[in-house]
Amino acid sequence: MNIDYNRPPETPWMDTPTNFREGTYSYPGAPKKLKYLDLANPRQWSPTDEDWKLPDNWQEIILKGFKERLDKYRSFRLFMDICVRCGACADKCHFFIGSGDPKNMPVLRAELIRSVYRNDFTLVGKMLGRFAGARELTIDVLKEWFYYFFQCTECRRCSVFCPYGIDTAEVTMIGRELLNLVGLNINWVIEPAANCFRTGNHLGIPPHGLTDMWEFMADDIEQITGIKVNLPVNKKGAEILFVTPSGDYFADPGTYTCMGYMMLFHEIGLDYTWSTYASEGGNFGLFTSHEMIKRLNAKIYAEAKRLKVKWILGGECGHMWRVMHQYMETMNGPADFLEEPVSPLTGTKFENSRSTKMVHITEFTSDLIKNNKLKLDPSRNDRFRVTYHDSCNPARAAGLLDEPRYVIKNVCNNFFEMPENTIREQTFCCGGGAGLGNDENMEMRMRGGFPRANAVRHVRDKHDVNRLLCMCAIDRATLSAMMEYWAPDVDVGGIHELLANALIMDGEEERTVDLRGEPLKEDAEVDEDV
Amino acid sequence: MNAWFSLFTALALVVALVLISFLGVETIGLSILFGVVIPYLAMAIFIIGFIYRIVRWAMVPVPFRIPTTCGQGKSLPWIKADNLESPYNTWGLIGRMALEVLLFRSLFRNTNAELREGPRITYGSAKWLWLAGILFHYSFLTILLRHLRFFIEPVPSFVVLLSNVDGFFQILVPTLFLTDIVLLAAATYLFLRRVAIPQIRYISLPADYFPLLLILGIAISGVLMRNVWKVDLLSVKQLAMGLFTFHPTVPAGIGAIFYVHLFLVSVLLVYFPFSKLMHAGGVFLSPTRNMRNVNRSERYVNPWNYPVKVHTYEEYEDEFRPKMKEAGIPVDKE
Repeated sequence: MNIDYNRPPETPWMDTPTNFREGTYSYPGAPKKLKYLDLANPRQWSPTDEDWKLPDNWQEIILKGFKERLDKYRSFRLFMDICVRCGACADKCHFFIGSGDPKNMPVLRAELIRSVYRNDFTLVGKMLGRFAGARELTIDVLKEWFYYFFQCTECRRCSVFCPYGIDTAEVTMIGRELLNLVGLNINWVIEPAANCFRTGNHLGIPPHGLTDMWEFMADDIEQITGIKVNLPVNKKGAEILFVTPSGDYFADPGTYTCMGYMMLFHEIGLDYTWSTYASEGGNFGLFTSHEMIKRLNAKIYAEAKRLKVKWILGGECGHMWRVMHQYMETMNGPADFLEEPVSPLTGTKFENSRSTKMVHITEFTSDLIKNNKLKLDPSRNDRFRVTYHDSCNPARAAGLLDEPRYVIKNVCNNFFEMPENTIREQTFCCGGGAGLGNDENMEMRMRGGFPRANAVRHVRDKHDVNRLLCMCAIDRATLSAMMEYWAPDVDVGGIHELLANALIMDGEEERTVDLRGEPLKEDAEVDEDV
Repeated sequence: MNAWFSLFTALALVVALVLISFLGVETIGLSILFGVVIPYLAMAIFIIGFIYRIVRWAMVPVPFRIPTTCGQGKSLPWIKADNLESPYNTWGLIGRMALEVLLFRSLFRNTNAELREGPRITYGSAKWLWLAGILFHYSFLTILLRHLRFFIEPVPSFVVLLSNVDGFFQILVPTLFLTDIVLLAAATYLFLRRVAIPQIRYISLPADYFPLLLILGIAISGVLMRNVWKVDLLSVKQLAMGLFTFHPTVPAGIGAIFYVHLFLVSVLLVYFPFSKLMHAGGVFLSPTRNMRNVNRSERYVNPWNYPVKVHTYEEYEDEFRPKMKEAGIPVDKE
C-alpha cells in the first residue's frame, strides 16, 4: 500500500471522474431478483458500461425521492445542513485509511450528495451554484454516488467522532434508497434480500434443506460429545423463538457457533424452537431501503405470534442487532402479544428488552454464567490465545460491549484486548459489511479491513494471539479472508463456539477434540474414530 | 471548485466588505445606513432566519430512534452501564448533550491516523482541533457578553466582573483583553489548519473560509478601534443604546473603523442562518446524540409508519408444504 493521505488528486473533487476499477466495486443486482422484490428498473447492466439504461426521467425520480426523504427524516435534512467540514471524521473511516481516496472521507462522501442538495433545495445554492458548493445532478454524479455509497459499510465509526453526531450511515442508507429508485443496486445485497423474502433466509435454503443442515450439525455434536441434542423446529408453544443469521448454518467457521447454540440450549434444557420461516436474523433491507428493512423484518414477529412463543432470543450477528434494537419494534411492533423476557433458568428479567421482547444471546448467556448455571472448563480452550473484535452495530448501535467480554473471559484463559482506538465504540469494520463482502469487491475489502487487521496483527505479534472472536456472521466470513491476507495464523470464530468447547455437558463423553475436530491439547493425537 | 480559488474568493469578499463600509462612511457619509438601517435589518434577518431554520428542522419527523452508542448500554444489573455515553434516562441524556455542547466531547476523541512502513497504522493524540474549537467558541462568547456594557445602563455587575477578569493582565492601555488575543489566535489556527493540511484544503469550500475570515475581520477591527485608532466609546455606547431602545441616534465623530466593525458583524448576522454556522442550533437536534439508548425497553413510534408488502407464512407454507411434510416439519394446513 503506497498511500499518502496528504496528497489528494490534482483535480478538485467535483471534477475528478469515478474510475470503476475491477476489484473495487460490486456487481449489479440481477433483474430476476429485482422483479421478485418489485424493485425499480430490472435489467442487465454493468457499472463499466457507458449507458446504465436508466429511465428517461431518472433525475426527476431522484430529486422527487430526495425531497420526500428530506421531509421524512430529520437526520437526513440536518446532516445535509450542519456539517462544518472540520475533517475530524476523515481518517476515522476504514475505507479512507485503506485507500487514501478523499471521497472515502466521510465528510466528502456526504458532500457528494450535499452538493446536489444545495443545488436543488437551498436558496444560496440555487443563487450561487459552485461558489456555494452546489452542483447539478448529472449522470457522472449519479455514477459517483453508486461507487461511493457502495463503498461505505454503514459502520457509524465516523459518527462517534463527529462533533454534531453526523452519521454517514444515515446518508449512505438514504443515498442507496435514492439509487434504488432508478434501479441501481448490487447483487450481493439484492439476491440475499430476495432469497430472504421468499425462503426466510439469505441463502435461499428451503425448509427441508434447513432441517438437513441442522441435523448434520447435531450429528457432528454427537460425534464430539456423544450427546444427541434435541432439535425443535417450528414448534408451536415453545417458550422461546431462536433467530440467528443463516450464514452460520452452512459456512465454516459460523457453523461451529451454530453448534454451540444447540449444545448450550440442550444442556440447559431450554424450551425453544428454530424456525424455517424466520430462519434469518440478518436483514439486507438495511442495505437497500427502510421499506425493505420492514418487509424482511416483519416475519420475525409474525412467526413469534404464529408459534405462540413468549419471547425471542437472537444469536450472534452484527447488523441484525441494528435492526432488532433500533428498528424492529418501531416498524413492526408493538410486540404486545409476547411476554416480557425472563430467563427460565435464573429468573432474571431482561428489563432492557421488556418492550421489544428480544434478548441478545450474550445477555442471556452471561446471565447464566453469572448465576452459575453452566459447568465450564475454560482450560479446554487453552490452545487459543484470544482477542475480540466488536462488531460495528452491537457496539455503536446497541452498546453491547461488556456482555460478550464477560462470556469470553469465562470460557477461556488467554484473552487479550486489541489497542483501545480499535475496540468497543471505536471498533473498526471488517471491511465487508453492508453488502460489500463479495468476492468481486476483494481489493476494497482488503483495503477497508486493513485497520482492523492491523490491530489483530499487533496482538498476534505481541501476545501470540491465534483466535479472533467476533459476534457477527458477516465478520466470520469476511474476517477469515482478511486474516489470510493481512494476519496469517489467526483463525476467526464465534463466542458460542468457544463456550461450547468449554461447556461440560451432562453425560458427555470425555472430549478429545474441539468443535472443529481439532485436538484439545496441542500435543494430543486425534482419535482416528472421531 | 479549486481549493485555492475557494480561499481567494472568500478573502476577496471580506476585503470588499471592509472597503464598502469604510468608503461608505468615510467618503459618502452613509453613517445612518451603516449605523442604523443595516444593523436593524441584519438583526431581523438573523432572528427570523435562525428561528425559521430551527422550526424547519423541528417540523421534520424523527422516524427511528438511532443514537450512536459510545459506551456500555444498560442491560443486566451487574453490568455497569455508561449513562453519559449510552444514556438510559433523561439525566444521562442531559449529561451527554451538555458534554457535547459545552465541552465538545466527541471532538475530544479525535485521533490522527498515520500510515507507517509495513504497512502499519498508528493512532496519535490529536487534541489541537478540539482545543482551538473550545477556545474559539468560549472567547467568542465572553466577548459577546462583554459587549453587553454597550447596551445596558447601568452595566450589570457580572459584565463588569467579566471585563475585569478578562483584562486582568493589563497589557497596553486601554487594556487588551485576553479573549481578544485568544479569539484571534484560535481563529487563525483554524484558518491556517484549513489552508495547510492538504486533505482539509481539498474539502474546503468558500463557505468554510468566508466565516472564519469574516470573524477574523470583526476581531481585528474591534481591536484596532479600541487599542489603535481609539474611537470614542461614549459615542459608540450612545449609538448602541439608541439601537437597543429603538431610539436610534448617530452621534457625530465616531471613526469609520467602528462602522467597518459593525458592518462585518451585520454581515455575520445575515449570513448565519443561511450557512453551516447553524450547527450552533443543529447540534441540539442531532438524533444520534439527543436520543436515549432505550430502544428495546421503550417502544418508539414512527409517525409515518405505513403498511408494506410482506411474504406471509401462509404463502411460504403453500410453496413448500409437501417438502416440509416430507422432512417432518409441522405445517399449519394439511
